[in-house]
Amino acid sequence: MSKVHHLTSPFSESVIRSLHAGDIVYFDGPLFGIRDLTQIHIFDKGNRPPVSLEGMPCIHTAPSLRRVGDKWEKICVGTTTSTRMDRFTPGLIGEYGVRAIIGKGGLYQGSLEAMKKYGAVYLAIVGGAAALETEQIEEVEAVYFEELHPEALYRFRVKNFGPLTVAMDSHGVHLYEQVGEKIKEKLPEIYAKLGVL
Amino acid sequence: MEELDYNIVEEAAKQLYIKALCDLPPDVREALKKAYARETNPAARSVFEAMFKAIDIADSKKTLLCQDTGLPIYKVRIGSQYAWNGAKIKKALYEGAKRATQEFPFRSSSTHTITRLNPQTSVGPGLPVTYFDFTEDSDELDILMVPKGSGSENMSKMQMFYPQHGIKAVKKFILDTVIESGANPCPPGIIGVGLGGTADLVMKLAKDAITRPVGQRHPDPMIAAMEVELEEAINATGRGPMGLGGDVSCLAVHIEYAYTHITQNPVAVNTQCWPARRARAIITPAGNVTYGF
Ligand code: SF4
Repeated sequence: MSKVHHLTSPFSESVIRSLHAGDIVYFDGPLFGIRDLTQIHIFDKGNRPPVSLEGMPCIHTAPSLRRVGDKWEKICVGTTTSTRMDRFTPGLIGEYGVRAIIGKGGLYQGSLEAMKKYGAVYLAIVGGAAALETEQIEEVEAVYFEELHPEALYRFRVKNFGPLTVAMDSHGVHLYEQVGEKIKEKLPEIYAKLGVL
Repeated sequence: MEELDYNIVEEAAKQLYIKALCDLPPDVREALKKAYARETNPAARSVFEAMFKAIDIADSKKTLLCQDTGLPIYKVRIGSQYAWNGAKIKKALYEGAKRATQEFPFRSSSTHTITRLNPQTSVGPGLPVTYFDFTEDSDELDILMVPKGSGSENMSKMQMFYPQHGIKAVKKFILDTVIESGANPCPPGIIGVGLGGTADLVMKLAKDAITRPVGQRHPDPMIAAMEVELEEAINATGRGPMGLGGDVSCLAVHIEYAYTHITQNPVAVNTQCWPARRARAIITPAGNVTYGF
């Protein structure tokens, strides 16, 4: 049965290992925003982030922000499809200690292996609900690699951020794949009923 | 009669883009509520609850529901009982979409297809996508605006089957296309289907289908029955909201059809995400504008 967890970031390994696929998570605390260019900058071009990501959650986003004096204000922050950024994920988890990746659509097997090995999870957000995400972001605390905006490295502070569904856990369970497997099993019956066999 | 001030049309084109991004149509809201009522998976129910919260925030703060402002599409129906100026309407739509982007302001999702340069205007060669149609029994200008997001648009597919493949191959293609789309189009949305016509018309029909209000069936009982049958098949997959498992995998299947060539059997699928955004303006020759969906 799925459980609901209210957590605080950064996360410890034991907290992350207590999460199981299908559980619901809400959390308070820091959240890092990353996207394709951010990770190309870190991994392909070899620029270490100037801030520790140890235990942190990272969300796949290219936020709309407004600059007011020396502060950044949110306009609209939504989440993008994760699969494009799959290849960077084992590095984020293994090298930088990231404990949660937040996105939509899920990641592949290599990322799942890294989650199992180091203790991390993939949390699925509700896509299309940017209005809610934006509301749950209290502040844009810092922007690193600013020249890459809107694909820089962002540190947000969030309150009651969620609901997020644990879609890949640290025990090797991949919810999207499970759903896909069930569809495969049911398909002959569905085809038969539709009369397309 | 004095000619209409086409600034009115431009202003309406601007307001329509903004309204579509912020104010979800009532039929879609109703369909989501009904879907929530029959969803039994607890995680899937929390997904719906988040959608409702997002809709409430977009309503109360007049903000964008989804961050993807999409490609702007305007479908225009011109009433023939007034001398509407087509070229001026077209220009007004272009300027209106651009002004919405710069004055709201929101991100332009429109870019050069090769250089990938985005001038942050939402317009450019070919954009906004505009369609014109005509009706005899009206003097009004009817503009429907649809911002089309990429997660769902990227899942579009068409196939030119042969008549020998029959309706069987067509139905299987529709179901398989939806299954392959997985979580990408932010399900549960509207599955638009085009049948018949030419290669271009069949996709246009699928796009027309996603703009039909949820809850309306095709007037032809044979097509309506096929819509129900496909809805049941898609929901039986258990893909669920956001592809995480559940009872509701689509809000509706809408089919539009045209006659086709004796040797052709075309089918197209165009999916719309759960925020099935659209907005409508009716403009009279006197310049009165009424907004709706
Ligand atoms: S698929 Fe649709 S709802 Fe989802 S993020 Fe894209 S535009 Fe928004």
